[in-house]
Amino acid sequence: MNKIPNRQAICEVLMEKVKTDHDIVVLCSDSRGSASLAPFAKEYPDHFIETGIAEQNLVGISAGLAKCGKKPFAASPACFLSTRSYEQCKVDVAYSNTNVTLIGISGGVSYGALGMSHHSAQDIAAMCAIPNMRVYLPSDRFQTAKLIEALLQDEKPAYVRVGRNPVEDIYTEESCPFEMDKATVLREGDDVALIACGEMVRPAYEAAALLEEKGIRATVLDMYCVKPLDKDAVVEAAGRVKAVVTVEEHAPYGGLGGMVSQVVGANCPKKVVNLALPDAPVITGTSKEVFDYYGLNAQGIAKAAEDALK
Amino acid sequence: MVDLKAMSYDLRKNVVDMIIEGKGGHIGGDMSVMEILVALYFDAMNVGPENQDDPGRDRFVMSKGHCVEALYAVLAAKGFFSIEEVIANFSKFGSKYIGHPNNKLPGIEMNSGSLGHGLPVAVGMALAGKMDAKDYRVYTVMGDGELAEGSVWEGAMAASHYKLDNLCAVVDRNRLQISGNTEDVMAHDDLHERFKSFGWNVIDVDDGNDVDQLIAAFAEAKTVKGKPTVVIANTRKGCGSSVMENKAAWHHKVPTAEEYEQIVKDFADRKGALS
Repeated sequence: MNKIPNRQAICEVLMEKVKTDHDIVVLCSDSRGSASLAPFAKEYPDHFIETGIAEQNLVGISAGLAKCGKKPFAASPACFLSTRSYEQCKVDVAYSNTNVTLIGISGGVSYGALGMSHHSAQDIAAMCAIPNMRVYLPSDRFQTAKLIEALLQDEKPAYVRVGRNPVEDIYTEESCPFEMDKATVLREGDDVALIACGEMVRPAYEAAALLEEKGIRATVLDMYCVKPLDKDAVVEAAGRVKAVVTVEEHAPYGGLGGMVSQVVGANCPKKVVNLALPDAPVITGTSKEVFDYYGLNAQGIAKAAEDALK
Repeated sequence: MVDLKAMSYDLRKNVVDMIIEGKGGHIGGDMSVMEILVALYFDAMNVGPENQDDPGRDRFVMSKGHCVEALYAVLAAKGFFSIEEVIANFSKFGSKYIGHPNNKLPGIEMNSGSLGHGLPVAVGMALAGKMDAKDYRVYTVMGDGELAEGSVWEGAMAASHYKLDNLCAVVDRNRLQISGNTEDVMAHDDLHERFKSFGWNVIDVDDGNDVDQLIAAFAEAKTVKGKPTVVIANTRKGCGSSVMENKAAWHHKVPTAEEYEQIVKDFADRKGALS
């Protein structure tokens, strides 16, 4: 079982890159511990800015830094970053086109029993609706590292959501195929396409194995790039299967499911089933308990795929 | 400094022409902030078209973005773009001269429009200057009504915490906002004490529509070490014409033909009275 959460992978990449890229700046809003960025703050205090519990300030300051040539990474719980500072994300980052990478930590229902104030089941919808904002939900630590390295290569705004807990590896150190803004095809099959992002990629991948036992062949896409969505990959996958199932740790509206449905509907109409959290405060529990309850696990995804094919 | 005082009235006329042509604009605040912008762009700041990409240039963020017309007039006077082009196109279909600052235009660093954004962004710019040991200064202008935004005080806290003596904020204290007197809407008559209690150096400018007083304040701010400075400029909304002066109804208004005539005459009279 992997013990390294994706947030720690971000810290490791930034600690390595800052040695040669002196424009990297990390900002936290009293969140360096929960963002796994305390080692960075300790080792590179001249590249770290603490804003206190002030998310609007966190993002505004980041935009000002970027405007003066810095490469800020602003890390704060996704629930606050995507709502409390939403207007700064919209105006100071996206609209002003500043090179800020927003890191939403403890995303989705990571905070489990802390309740709806701490869940960020709306962040994909909110961030995707902002012109010039890119939205990424990497699936495992290896892909997270590749994504951060890629984001350091361009100068455009981006929002990255990662969860709090370690997730099972999908890729390996040696084998982590990654192309910016292109979905990774984990598996190919002609019956059903499973398209997932973030922590839902692993159960979707496991669901494909369960389906295979029943003679159902699944394509599995790791759609870490929710925006810009890899439309070509969606059309290609949907074109050769009978039904599509999307899976995300997000509210049922405005997320990956809606975006995939739009593309499939316009290009290759097929049945599309969207698996997501409910349009309601989620039940109290750990991420795993919550996912199991709502069928956002391998068994639930496999059953939804089977039902979609009936 | 008669030049800059006279210029302020010429630029006021450009603003009114813009607003007539564009059929709308925040005329009252444009008039109150005019000398602040003139003093910054023609004295305090080292920024112009010739060094607009120089990493060492001073930075300016127009936090009260709705007074973009005054900013356009001043930037045009600095040579960033042509005033005729602005007046002809302001707010028209497809125009790049929209009703709030946009950094696709030369001379504008940041997009604004929603209030309470400028100070945190300016804090980021000032922090970058400190990190890079550059000696540029960062300026932002806020309205007094804007100070009700909580994000202003988040920025104020951080500026003081990080001892940003390369940052100078300006409050265009015209005492009127869209609904009326600022003290009735959300009082902050103790503004001096508020900023002081946040750890700032505070400079009060008795007449914020007097270029000389503003220039002196910005020069003084440059000498203050270890803390940010706020210049509280006591201005008059609608300054320049008795038609608009200190009238909340002129927050956003297009003059009628008769009013226009009187306003332009008032500008000319006041400019004439300078010499």
